[in-house]
Amino acid sequence: MSDTPTNGAPLVRIDGVEKFFQRGEEKIQVLAELNLAVAPGEFLALMGPSGSGKSTLLNLIGGLDRPTKGSVSIGGERVDQLSDRQLAGWRARHIGFVFQLYNLMPVLTAERNVELPLLLTHLNKAQRQKHVDTALAMVGLSHRAKHFPRTMSGGEQQRVGIARAIVTDPTLILADEPTGDLDRKTGDGILDLLEALNREHGKTIVMVTHDPHAANRSSRRLYMVDGQVSTEMAA
Amino acid sequence: MKFARLVLSNFKRHKTRTILTILSILVAFILFAYLAAIRNAFTMGVSVAGANRLIVRNRISLIQPLPQSYEAQIEQIDGVANATQAAWFGGLYKDNKRPFGQIAVEPEEFLDVYPEYIISAEGKANWLKTRTGAIAGRKLAEALGWKVGDKIPIQATYMTPKTGGNLWTFDLVAIQDGRTEDVDTSSFFFRHDYLDENRMRGQGTTGWYYIKIKDPARSEQIVKAIDEKFANSPFETKTETEKAFIKGFAEQMGNIGAIVTAILTAVFFTILLVAGNTMAQAVRERINELGVLKAIGFTDSQMLLMVLAESLLISCLGGAIGLLLGALAVNAGDPTNGALPIFNFPPRDLILGIVIVLLLGVITGAWPAFQAMRLNAVDALRRE
Repeated sequence: MSDTPTNGAPLVRIDGVEKFFQRGEEKIQVLAELNLAVAPGEFLALMGPSGSGKSTLLNLIGGLDRPTKGSVSIGGERVDQLSDRQLAGWRARHIGFVFQLYNLMPVLTAERNVELPLLLTHLNKAQRQKHVDTALAMVGLSHRAKHFPRTMSGGEQQRVGIARAIVTDPTLILADEPTGDLDRKTGDGILDLLEALNREHGKTIVMVTHDPHAANRSSRRLYMVDGQVSTEMAA
Repeated sequence: MKFARLVLSNFKRHKTRTILTILSILVAFILFAYLAAIRNAFTMGVSVAGANRLIVRNRISLIQPLPQSYEAQIEQIDGVANATQAAWFGGLYKDNKRPFGQIAVEPEEFLDVYPEYIISAEGKANWLKTRTGAIAGRKLAEALGWKVGDKIPIQATYMTPKTGGNLWTFDLVAIQDGRTEDVDTSSFFFRHDYLDENRMRGQGTTGWYYIKIKDPARSEQIVKAIDEKFANSPFETKTETEKAFIKGFAEQMGNIGAIVTAILTAVFFTILLVAGNTMAQAVRERINELGVLKAIGFTDSQMLLMVLAESLLISCLGGAIGLLLGALAVNAGDPTNGALPIFNFPPRDLILGIVIVLLLGVITGAWPAFQAMRLNAVDALRRE
């Protein structure tokens, strides 16, 4: 199954990727001969049932995992061939992750959570704070900068998660069920934010979701079944 | 430095557990300082013993006397610079709540053989002219509130006076200091001639001899020469270096060093388990968060160092405060009210303590840090 972006050179290029997991003596195929291209500035939604390989694909694009076979290129760089150390640096520079359960550090305030990826840069304290303030302003949470996650609502926590994902101005934002733990209204707010990041700031976003309502906010939707992209749905 | 806040923030997670772990380390290091001082009290005499001093005692046992006539004969042996008599008095002062050693000595020779015992020139002159004169170590004098000019009554336990009863009265003529901090200043010395003239029995004998030799390298030969000289006599001698004598004396009470080491080993092994468990639990509980850090680009070595820094911080906090409090407790005085001649926390044990603090931090953090380093971000993120 192949898939191509509508125009321009792809930012993400997945060629012939297969992924197997070993469970005891059983070898389980999660991705099968998968090809995918994501253009710069795209907002792609990956849908499909549980076990279809959406999250695995997201992990491969984000350099958290490696394919058993095939290649993963981001911005022309073969990330599947990077060493663990190189991959860590590459993720810090190019990827912003948004998680379903926000995954904030409970012992850090919102601004210190957002600052985490910047600790890996050469920015000084003042520069880091400036970036943090900008990111929090973009998600509308400047007033909650000094608050701890436990004092925030789910929607606010996810906004902090998004601020953390964008604070380094990454090439690509990967969101795994970003509204999966939120009610419809709050989820819509998060989708508005992602949409704005895509439309107004040109961020390329790949989002995994079960929710057709969330997927409808993307510019392109792919439906995955049994480790392959089975259907492309128009926006 | 920029990671410091991240490391420190982890202490906010389980404050009670962290505080209890730090407290347990703290208590262990107070104990370490205190036991080091006790061990030192029993072994310091060995380390400060003069290399140029020998002790001659009765071959049968220390409580058997030697004739005073041996002094002149010993001084004739090649290599001997000075020989001086000493006798254990074993008296009681008041209610004996603060026991101390009383030794009869020949003032001038004694101060020559023990140049590290310092008294004022005036005090020395008074001691030489006062038959009943005695000197007290500063630690002892301070503990009992004595000052020069005081009369010190001591009840004999076996050295009873000719005059009847059991009371001896001494005139305190000087306070003795040590040339260095580790010199004993907790004993009481009085004149041997006063003892000899006034005791009921035992005239013409002494307890042992302090010998000053000219060349420490020849000590073995001199030891042999002294013992050979008095072989097959009614009072055979056993001569040994002062170091060997003190060591043997201390070991009569058991090998204090080994006992202390055994106790500390048990304590630190327990602490190792306590602190190690805390660190392992701390890492286990936040696998998911560590996965996030890895996902956003923290490297394996950064993960390793962060966890190690955390365990080192816990160990250093508990250890530093423990060593400080231990040193203060030791400074406050020994648990026997001064019966231990020297009671301090030596610098070498402080350094050893610091090394143990660092080792504790590294060892307890090593496995959790390794786990954090080897963590697979995808697996970690799946855990909630």
